[in-house]
Amino acid sequence: MTTISEAGNEIAEDFMMIEDPLDKFGFLIDLGKNLEPLDESLKTSDRLVKGCQASVWLVSALRDGKVYFSADADADYARGLVAMMIRVLSGHTPDEILQADISFLEKIGLSKMLSMKRAGGLESMIRQMKLDALALKAKTV
Amino acid sequence: MTAESKPIDIPAIRRDFPLLSREVNGRQLVYLDNGATSQKPQTVIDAIADYYSRYNANIHRGVHALSQEASQVYEEARATVQKHLGAGNVNEIIFTRGTTESINLVAATYGRMHVQAGDEVLITAMEHHSNIVPWQMLCEEKNAKLVVVPVNDAGELRTDEFGKLLSAKTKIVALTQVSNTLGTVNPVKALIAQAHAKNIPVLVDGAQAVPHMAVDVRDIDADFYAFSGHKTFGPTGIGVLYVRESILETLPPYQGGGGIIKTVTFEKTEYADAPLKFEAGTPNIEGAIGLAKALDYINAIGLDNIHAYENQLLEYATAKLSAIAGLRIIGTAKEKAAVISFVIEGIHPFDIGMALDAQGIAVRTGHHCTQPLMDRFSIPGTVRASFAFYNTKEEVDLLAAGLTKAVKILA
Repeated sequence: MTTISEAGNEIAEDFMMIEDPLDKFGFLIDLGKNLEPLDESLKTSDRLVKGCQASVWLVSALRDGKVYFSADADADYARGLVAMMIRVLSGHTPDEILQADISFLEKIGLSKMLSMKRAGGLESMIRQMKLDALALKAKTV
Repeated sequence: MTAESKPIDIPAIRRDFPLLSREVNGRQLVYLDNGATSQKPQTVIDAIADYYSRYNANIHRGVHALSQEASQVYEEARATVQKHLGAGNVNEIIFTRGTTESINLVAATYGRMHVQAGDEVLITAMEHHSNIVPWQMLCEEKNAKLVVVPVNDAGELRTDEFGKLLSAKTKIVALTQVSNTLGTVNPVKALIAQAHAKNIPVLVDGAQAVPHMAVDVRDIDADFYAFSGHKTFGPTGIGVLYVRESILETLPPYQGGGGIIKTVTFEKTEYADAPLKFEAGTPNIEGAIGLAKALDYINAIGLDNIHAYENQLLEYATAKLSAIAGLRIIGTAKEKAAVISFVIEGIHPFDIGMALDAQGIAVRTGHHCTQPLMDRFSIPGTVRASFAFYNTKEEVDLLAAGLTKAVKILA
């Protein structure tokens, strides 16, 4: 089983191999296209992670002590971001997620981390994933 | 192009704007977010540096040479604005932080004096939040009513409704000259005449007009006229409020502080005359100086020439973008400034903005601070390309090509 930081580094390497910013963008969009869409009934306000311009719905479940995420978004860019985070964080224990090393984000070279974090809601996405992990952990104790 | 206008030397103009030559994401920047803020010519940048290098001092107080020099240049800047707007008296020009503060000033002074319970404030459906919220706050405070003139499907003001909504209860009208989202140019002169026929004063939000067309406050007969420096090729944090002299004399101060007084005792303060009465605290001196330089710059090119060129650009861009499959332009008024808001079928505006950014093209996405207007068109937001006179047809081509690539990735 790959660790969170290994999975993150793998994605970072994929991104680093792509030079053109538009191709990087396209790669992120493709990550999102591989994400299984959520059933409409799951897109409820309590699952909504609101970014500045895009909305993401996050569903978290615990199986065999591990957290599994699924998600959807109204914008492809946000769907790509959440797909990337799911690939890195999903299938790990709550503790691993809570202590996750996500420094790979600094390496992927997508322009303007700040804009991405705020407008795309990446920061609130990650925060919500950690909060969900914490809540699921509390249930297991 | 009209008979009076002359072609302008775009390559030379672009060289005057240092930022336009930079690269973004490995490509030559295409800056099409002028509705949010404009870039600055070197003369503006130099004027600010010059102020701090040679004559920085606080104004209107010091007896020393630097203070006198700074005061003089600051007041010359006011005179430049007066001339630019065609105001009759230099005292009618108040420096503010921007259009937003200008509108707040009017709501807090004239508004508080004249709007009472049961009265109405008339605005339009295409106002920027900054020309909605101050009036909403006033109406809440006074238990008055905010009345909204609707727009038609082309994004034009329903002028027939405007006339009907002007009532005996209407105490002030506040409307934009040019819509920041749709580009619609409102017939402000005719609308003001209608309001004046009922003795109702009018505030015009000129934030999107002053950078693009000649404005004469006496010709349109505005009572209040507001605009921002940073959208007019000047610095941020400086704006203008024109107030007709006969109204100006009746207004109380907006904020208390230094600079606005004649004498202060603990019992009573005697206020200075306008405009200083409305400029509490040390003002944005370099902002005013930079703004005057920006106005000098556009006047040297000529606003009629700018207007004619931007019209050509708008026409070209409208044709070019309309040819993209699935693209729908929001705002198709007959009278339009060089702003194109659009949506593309099945693609979130935010995704288009990000895809364009990856190609070095700067546009704005979202509701453009006009949420009620987005509701009117039942869309969450648009992509907006807003042009200035330094933009080119080649940049429009790059935008169109960039959009085609974006659609390929996102569709």
